[in-house]
Amino acid sequence: MTKAIELFNVSKVYRKYGGKQFATLKSAFLQRSILRELQPSETFPALTDVSFAVPRGSTYGVVGRNGSGKSTALKLVAGITKPTSGTVRVDGRISALIELGAGFHPEISGRENVYINGIMLGLSKRQIQDRFDDIVEFAELREFIDAPVKTYSSGMYMRLGFAVAINVDPDVLLVDEVLAVGDESFTHKCLDKFSEFRRRGKTILLVTHSLNLVERFCDEALWLDGGRAMSHGDPKRVIGDYLTSVEASEEQLLAATTARLVEEASATPAAESGARSDATPAAELFDPTSANMFHATEGRWGAREVEITEVQLLGPDSTPAHVFHTGQAMTVRVKVHARQPADDVVFGIGLFNADGVCCYGTNTFIEDIVLDGIERDAEATFAISSLDLVEGTYKMDVAVHKRDGYPYDYHRLLYTFRVKSRTHDVGIYRPQHTWTFSPNVARRPTRDA
Amino acid sequence: MFSNLANLLRYRGLISSLVARELKARYRGSVFGFLWSFINPLLLLLIYSFVFTTVIPNTTPGAQPFALFMFCGILPWNWFATSLSDAAGSLIAGGNLIRKVLFPAEVLPLVSVLANMVHFFLGLPILIGFLLYARHYPGPTDLIWFPVAVIVQLVFSSALALLLAALTVHFRDIRDILANVLTLWFFATPIIYPWFQESVREYKPYFNLNPFTHLAIAYQEILFFGQIGHWRWLLVLGVVSIVLFLACYWVFDRLRDSFAEAV
Repeated sequence: MTKAIELFNVSKVYRKYGGKQFATLKSAFLQRSILRELQPSETFPALTDVSFAVPRGSTYGVVGRNGSGKSTALKLVAGITKPTSGTVRVDGRISALIELGAGFHPEISGRENVYINGIMLGLSKRQIQDRFDDIVEFAELREFIDAPVKTYSSGMYMRLGFAVAINVDPDVLLVDEVLAVGDESFTHKCLDKFSEFRRRGKTILLVTHSLNLVERFCDEALWLDGGRAMSHGDPKRVIGDYLTSVEASEEQLLAATTARLVEEASATPAAESGARSDATPAAELFDPTSANMFHATEGRWGAREVEITEVQLLGPDSTPAHVFHTGQAMTVRVKVHARQPADDVVFGIGLFNADGVCCYGTNTFIEDIVLDGIERDAEATFAISSLDLVEGTYKMDVAVHKRDGYPYDYHRLLYTFRVKSRTHDVGIYRPQHTWTFSPNVARRPTRDA
Repeated sequence: MFSNLANLLRYRGLISSLVARELKARYRGSVFGFLWSFINPLLLLLIYSFVFTTVIPNTTPGAQPFALFMFCGILPWNWFATSLSDAAGSLIAGGNLIRKVLFPAEVLPLVSVLANMVHFFLGLPILIGFLLYARHYPGPTDLIWFPVAVIVQLVFSSALALLLAALTVHFRDIRDILANVLTLWFFATPIIYPWFQESVREYKPYFNLNPFTHLAIAYQEILFFGQIGHWRWLLVLGVVSIVLFLACYWVFDRLRDSFAEAV
């Protein structure tokens, strides 16, 4: 199969001009440094040694987080910028949906702008005349086409830009995150147009954050990270790799946040913060009627006769984790150290969502588990077999206290974890459930099944 | 470079529609619209007449009515000066196109020059009307030499426009420097004083170094006196302008790849 787009070992280094951007001519002349001034003071590698090929007629998706080099790659393919090293080869007429309506002049009418924009994109006057009705129809701007473009809303502006660009009838279409331009119905129209392009054997290079779109539309995908190609090939696999990495970095971030929170909260000397315990007995904190429940800030208090030395969240494979999937198992391991033997000990756990709403709270006392004594180093494990929470960030309380609520060591909202879900359900709690239908309800087979 | 130059011909449709857009957009929303292209030079002519016939009268023989003589040089100078100052900022103003669309950047400074050329043409009827009224009839060869002068000026302005546009992307203060240089240049050119005035003749070699001197003299001879005596200089300037254009285009071409990142 012939290739429509090929990149061989392409690198792009952007120059950081630093303070020199407004260098004066005078200084440049005086120091005979015109050429030196034009040299970069620092460089930033936007793409490093990226190679990929898009076969003619296929749809290729590029994913990656912000600043990963996706748009740079697209600009290189479009020919707007040149690679620092390596070669870019594109076969066929390109239309780039990078900035819609980039060449519109606000003062003149939509009609005139369509002509000029079309000419900029490589059409002849005659060709635009032939397609004019299609363009206006597609943009849904029939009544406004003779009004100056400055009176258009941003949606109208984008729609017109999109309509012109897509009617250039390119062999290669470059799309950079432009589907967010219109309302629902316009987005559908755009997607239909893309499908039509695919059927007609055109090549599409799609840069997007919408992983669903990549999964649905693309034959192949590329994941860029920090300007390097991390994986490419089957979209499902690439997206899987990408999500795994996103989780890994979230994991790191959450681990760092947790470590910072624990350290900050522990910085207050135990004795001093102990005084605060009298004001808010732990039992009250677990009482859903208490106002404190909803206005909690993170902190740590208690005299630490029994001290929580470590709290670990463990994933299904019993390794520390901060990112979980809905329905996965989660284990909380609490390590404590009793300075003197204590005979009145209660372990408590509370889960809060990002709004500070208590999702669940319990302790050993409520559950009639009577702990009679604890000495030196000990450990308690709280295992959730299925974490039935919807997607979001959650915080956790961990406490050891007496049965009357006197806190030994209270960790308030210090432990953060994230729950991910491919389903966009809402609320807090996802009960385990199934849907069934009577036989006369037609059902499309699910793709993932 | 030469293939890029050849491409320039392919862009003539784009250039002409951008020039048309430029002209339409300039007067869109104003009551008089295109009339301003006539009114502006007319008002200018009235002001100069008042200043140079009443306030500080210039009575050089052979250059009367003096305001009309001056006006033959001022119209082309205005085309030249506004072209350059528009062109210097053209790449920055069109930054959106250069950064986001595959767009031949040299089109933008050339559009500045051409759009101002159209303004120059629109001012001509006013000038010619007054010339006829003052019984300054064009000579037989003028119809040939006037287009030559226009083409020489077009090439010369385009060369400088390309150079300034490319350099201004990197050195923004060129725009301010340019404004001052143009003012200086205006007074250093025999436009508001005749080249055959006694005090000017003394410095003739210096004036000959100023390329616009030859254009100004050519226009004055063609339009005001009705016969050209300066055509050798004009042709030399034409050849120099072509060389200059190629040199400036070469600089522009070399800097082209930096535009998308620097604007």
